[in-house]
Amino acid sequence: MRAASMRRFLPCVLPVLLLAGCSAPEPWVKPYQRANLADPVMLDSRRGEAGNYIQHVYGARESARGAEGSSGGGCGCN
Amino acid sequence: MAVTDRRPATVALLWMLLLMATGAHGATLPEDKVDAFYHRYEGGGMTIDGPSVLVRKGAGNQVSFSGQYYVDSVSAASVDVLATASPYTEERTEYTLGADYLEGNSILSLSYTNSSENDYEANTLYLGISQEFFGNMTTLTIGYARGWDTVMEVGNDSFEEEADRQNYQLGISQVLTPNSVMGLDFEVVTDEGFLENPYRVNRYVDPSDPTNYLYQPERYPDTRTSVSAAVNGRYYLPWRASVKGSYRYFTDDWGIDAHTVELGYVHGLGPNWTLEGGIRYYSQDQADFYSDLYDYANSQTHLARDKEMSTFSGITFSAGVQYQWEQISVPGVDRLQLGLLVDYLDFDYDNFRDVTASGDYLPGQEPLYGFDAWVTRASVLFEY
Amino acid sequence: MKASNWAMAIILALGFLFSGLATADVSGTTAPDFTLKSRSGENLRLEDLRGEVIMLNFWASWCGPCRQEMPHMDAIEEEFRDYGFRVLAVNVDQNRDDAERFLESVPVDFAILWDHDSTVSELYDVQAMPTTVMIDRNGQARHVHHGYQPGYEDDYRTQIRELIRE
Repeated sequence: MRAASMRRFLPCVLPVLLLAGCSAPEPWVKPYQRANLADPVMLDSRRGEAGNYIQHVYGARESARGAEGSSGGGCGCN
Repeated sequence: MAVTDRRPATVALLWMLLLMATGAHGATLPEDKVDAFYHRYEGGGMTIDGPSVLVRKGAGNQVSFSGQYYVDSVSAASVDVLATASPYTEERTEYTLGADYLEGNSILSLSYTNSSENDYEANTLYLGISQEFFGNMTTLTIGYARGWDTVMEVGNDSFEEEADRQNYQLGISQVLTPNSVMGLDFEVVTDEGFLENPYRVNRYVDPSDPTNYLYQPERYPDTRTSVSAAVNGRYYLPWRASVKGSYRYFTDDWGIDAHTVELGYVHGLGPNWTLEGGIRYYSQDQADFYSDLYDYANSQTHLARDKEMSTFSGITFSAGVQYQWEQISVPGVDRLQLGLLVDYLDFDYDNFRDVTASGDYLPGQEPLYGFDAWVTRASVLFEY
Repeated sequence: MKASNWAMAIILALGFLFSGLATADVSGTTAPDFTLKSRSGENLRLEDLRGEVIMLNFWASWCGPCRQEMPHMDAIEEEFRDYGFRVLAVNVDQNRDDAERFLESVPVDFAILWDHDSTVSELYDVQAMPTTVMIDRNGQARHVHHGYQPGYEDDYRTQIRELIRE
């Protein structure tokens, strides 16, 4: 097969390789070790909706937009 | 771009559905709450203030609804306005309705926002999915937003144009140690339609008098595609505090490149108080077609004198405090918190000049513009 | 289109790789024995309670769903205590003060055990907060619940009734 058409199959092959290859590592931060990550000082959500407002201010004055931050960390409960 | 527009959206949708199918045990929906704040921006000749109220309520175990009402009341005499018009007052009202659905460890979010003022109407639909993996150490968020805007002009009833937006967002948050977490965010935004401001003008040297300049309306391209990528990290300090750092790079096909760097510190003081402080630095390079003063009329296909398109930098100093009651005797209220956030912004432009500056200046010799502003937010939040 | 194909593949791979991998928990095996200090002062050993149905719960003051679950656990213990049933709530807070402060606002009657250095949590391979393990009269771990959603307390009651009748 020509190189160009072979490359089209790569995205399909990748997941199979990942599954067949290495065994996944164990999560190293256990659910009962999340005390500090769950502390409000580590969470932007502590500020509530008021925390997001400043992005309106910058959005109206700056050309840059996007990638303002996603959530994660926290207690990871359930 | 127009022909392939629908495909990325469908792909994004299919991905979200596929991700939901791979769930194990669960994440949690946000708490029921009422979150209200007063916001105020004062600076650069403008005062913008108003309320924001958000109410969130769960229905059963898997669904949470939210509704938000937000107002910007503008009294403006900014440098753009003073240069070419007279001070004005205006009000912008925004409503958002949202729903979050929890299934396994995925949360599917849907929201609709309508923003309306006397000369601009914006409608946005947002679809997002957030999925926890790997013992809840990794959180993947995918978002898609679609916007339909109508641009109008006060004093010109026959003027009505459209602008459409699409945002594609990808975020990954990863817990690194019991004390640290980091995140990567990536977003592509495309706009199409009437992207300029019908009131704003740019200036060119008067052909009959070099000590004078004349105005013509700004002219932007019909499309704009931008990409931004950001990295952030947060670290817990043993005395109940945290430090956070982030960097974002932005680039678009109008030639604008921007960098944003932020550092923040949060400090817990006893069980009730939290203090915070931060600093932010922003810098951008101008759009290819930007100029403060053009040599003559129609010198380029695209013309922009919008200071938002110029080369400038801004620094922000911020401070904040939250107070949370430990035990509430009010029946039905689980948690009550008051907050105050204050920011001081200082923006300096490298190639946008202040034509309203007093004194006789030749065109292009006026002092460079700069402004500072105070932004305040006072909030009340209670969970029930 | 190329870039989005790669993005698709990577997300798919990550999804399959990480989400489906829940390691085996203690259900179907003998519940590991342990001794922990309880809030009422004395040491408590699991094997000493052999013959009773035990609901072993792992919780922390910083865990939202754990707080939601507490009142239900209290009601359940009151309901079934006379039939030979006990609730043991293992607290994993590193700081006892945080747990005490929480218990002041949510008072409960069941036994609280201190596991500040997480030895028992590790022993039971706790995979989510909270985790509830139902232990029968022979010391076998019969059911494990990962996390808490409103409505789980009905499942708890059904399982406890079955185990009590054995």
